[in-house]
Amino acid sequence: MKNIEKLQSISTQIRRDVIRMIAACASGHPGGSLGCADLFTALYFNTMDINPANFTREGKNEDMFFLSIGHIAPVWYSALARRGYFPVQELSTLRQLGTRLQGHPSYHSQLPGVRAASGSLGQGMSVAIGSALAKKMDKDDKLVYSLHGDGEIEEGQIWEAAMFAGANKVDNLISIIDMNGVQIDGRTENVCASSSLKDKFLAFKWVVLECNGNNMAELIATLQECKNHAFKGKPVMLLMHTLMGYGVDFMEDDNGWHGKAPSMEQAEKALSQLKETLGDY
Amino acid sequence: MKEYKILGEKDTRSGFGEGLVLAARENPNVVALCADLTPSVRMDLFQKEFPERFVEVGIAESNMISIASGMAICGKVPFVGSFAAFSTGRTYDQIRQSVAYSNTNVKIVGSHAGLTLGEDGATHQILEDIGLMKMLPNMVVINPCDHTQTKQATVAAARYNGPVYLRYGRPKVPVFLTEDTPFEIGKALMLNGGKDVSIIATGHLVWPSIQAAAELEKEGISAEVINIHTIKPLDNEAILSSVKKTGCVVACEEHMYNGGLADSIAQLLARNYPAPMEYIGVDDTFGESGKPMELMTKYGLDTEHIVLAVKKAIERK
Repeated sequence: MKNIEKLQSISTQIRRDVIRMIAACASGHPGGSLGCADLFTALYFNTMDINPANFTREGKNEDMFFLSIGHIAPVWYSALARRGYFPVQELSTLRQLGTRLQGHPSYHSQLPGVRAASGSLGQGMSVAIGSALAKKMDKDDKLVYSLHGDGEIEEGQIWEAAMFAGANKVDNLISIIDMNGVQIDGRTENVCASSSLKDKFLAFKWVVLECNGNNMAELIATLQECKNHAFKGKPVMLLMHTLMGYGVDFMEDDNGWHGKAPSMEQAEKALSQLKETLGDY
Repeated sequence: MKEYKILGEKDTRSGFGEGLVLAARENPNVVALCADLTPSVRMDLFQKEFPERFVEVGIAESNMISIASGMAICGKVPFVGSFAAFSTGRTYDQIRQSVAYSNTNVKIVGSHAGLTLGEDGATHQILEDIGLMKMLPNMVVINPCDHTQTKQATVAAARYNGPVYLRYGRPKVPVFLTEDTPFEIGKALMLNGGKDVSIIATGHLVWPSIQAAAELEKEGISAEVINIHTIKPLDNEAILSSVKKTGCVVACEEHMYNGGLADSIAQLLARNYPAPMEYIGVDDTFGESGKPMELMTKYGLDTEHIVLAVKKAIERK
């Protein structure tokens, strides 16, 4: 339990970072960032085998992560900084002229931890498949992770990638869909109802797991289960149920907070709900 | 006039196929991906020799481009092949984000480019691909002129570290360059020295340009013929020094005027050395079904039209 509590305290600090970063530049995407803070904490502080001190783009002999939903960059940046990829103080530069912390992730700006640009949706699963194939060719037994949104999967390329990964047994790939049920124009079931994603990915020959992505203990256990399914002939899909805006009561489950920055007053109110655990930057 | 002999008739796509095998023998990280057109784009030789380094993606070009970028991130040198219409136009956003902006070492291969694709018609005859690709920062754009040069360009693209678009064609066309002809990315190839006009050509229009220069010589006109195989980065120096000598230009390409080689040359001259210029290319229209050479004639992409364009350019001096 100690470990879970420690991880929870990290994810609370990451949520604080997200609010402070977005409020400071008065733009960005808080909803999905808050919802996925537990996942980033779990991946970067527990699940993935990574080498932050010596980051390389090639990622040989380490796990690799690709963020397909580039708009939740703030939570990724915070997790990377808190894990030691770059100085935590640099989080204060989000979206400002000359920053390495671009509005959407960029390789061009050379931020350690980021290997490819994302923001135009639907591409990250394919990129992750490419790295997974390269790892197989190189007999590198580490894993590749990708994170998607349940709105993003309306993009056709996701299904090209899903079909390819199942058909070609890309079993060193763990893809995660953030199932927060909301997107810019409203609830996903009203925008373009996807019906059962579980059935769809099963039909595409994936292993499918589900969990509550805002319950750290359950998340850690399910990610371990995902890893246990690797290298058994099928790609692994984790349908991760989260609440958009989790941790800030007035942002929770409200598509209005997809891409809107809080005012300074709202940020103060949000921060009062998120304890400073590791020290603000 | 320097003499060029026809050494045979071969398709440029086969030059790519042979070059890819040479590149793969040289570098074990070279891999190839195709979207259900393996024999057509001539990746079959590679597939046969290196089956473990070949990925059949299926009919999913967008997926293919992004998979290639993921492989390049891990140190592979992927060549991704389809018809030029699909490997550039259909996948522009993937190329923009995952290849050009992410500066991944992906080689995008566009086969069956231009009107000479022939009978399949305008859906497949892309005439905008050079423009699409050259607009992207980081992207190198190469359009070789014969089988020999396509093979050389393929090997050079594999050695170059960064995104490349390599465009080639479907039909058998004259082979006139020998294996010992120099090839360097970004370096123009001087084919014939002249003093009255600069004919600057790329791809399938290079051979008709040489023929046009021979015709013009009979009429006492001395035409310089320069092959620009690399449209980006453009060999500014070679073009400027030629035009400063001859005083006028004809740009020749199997592509739209808009966005093509002519466009690049015009920008260069406008800023540095304005001179009369004529275009051999396609003027804001789609192609149609027909035999390759019938189409080239109908759209004015042949020796006869180059000769006329040269005379017009000289008159305007």
